[in-house]
Amino acid sequence: MKFIAREGRDRGDVKLYALSTCVWCGKVKKLLADLGVKHEFIDVDELSGKQQTAIREQLDAIDPDWRFPCVVIDGGRRCICGYKEKDIREALGL
Amino acid sequence: MSEQDRPGGDITEEQVEALVARLHKQTQAGGYYLNPDEEFTRILVRSLMKNQARYGYQACPCRLAAGEKLEDLDIICPCDYRDADLERYGACYCALYVSAAAARGERTVSSIPERRPRARQDRPQFKQPAATEQAAVPALPYPVWRCRVCGYLCAREEPPGVCPVCKAKKDRFERFM
Repeated sequence: MKFIAREGRDRGDVKLYALSTCVWCGKVKKLLADLGVKHEFIDVDELSGKQQTAIREQLDAIDPDWRFPCVVIDGGRRCICGYKEKDIREALGL
Repeated sequence: MSEQDRPGGDITEEQVEALVARLHKQTQAGGYYLNPDEEFTRILVRSLMKNQARYGYQACPCRLAAGEKLEDLDIICPCDYRDADLERYGACYCALYVSAAAARGERTVSSIPERRPRARQDRPQFKQPAATEQAAVPALPYPVWRCRVCGYLCAREEPPGVCPVCKAKKDRFERFM
């Protein structure tokens, strides 16, 4: 699956699961860019049905209550859903 | 604005503005309000247009649509959860719609919890209609239809093509009595 990589300060493995159409997802993308944190993101609505199912299963295993936008740090050590600027900053130590 | 903030790149600003204007008119007539943050609202309206183009209906921009109308019926904008979220949080899930207080700028809106049931069978379009759950319904000259989006009731042979209050389409009505 094609995650898009963004270079920046290394704060661990930071993955953002997003929707291309979601305004709150857009805000998290902008926050990560503004913080200059190295991360990868993927717009799940742009994937095929099969790929979407695979992503849903991955997220179900991390947090059964996940929703978009979903920031997963270090493979699930932290999972922050929704646009929660304070929580995201705190989780990244910024 | 960067590319990542602009879903539906082939949709023109004029088309977006036209739909924003139409939604403003419709919502005000029904007692609803669009988010007063114009930039925020334009992004969401553009996203609705992108979903219209790819799914054939305006699925909620902030939820992952299945791409099949019946599966997504409860999240076609305005969604079945909007009114309850307006009451509780002053905004719907994506915050395209806000409460009167939020529209006046007296209340800020933020990212809210998801109200849509996770289990498919618990979603409104798959639940048993209210009419069949009732033991005894008095004989009525007409069936009563309920709009699942706003609760509007009407007694007639068929539901209206469009809800006169919230503008939801006919397929969002359920038999109430």
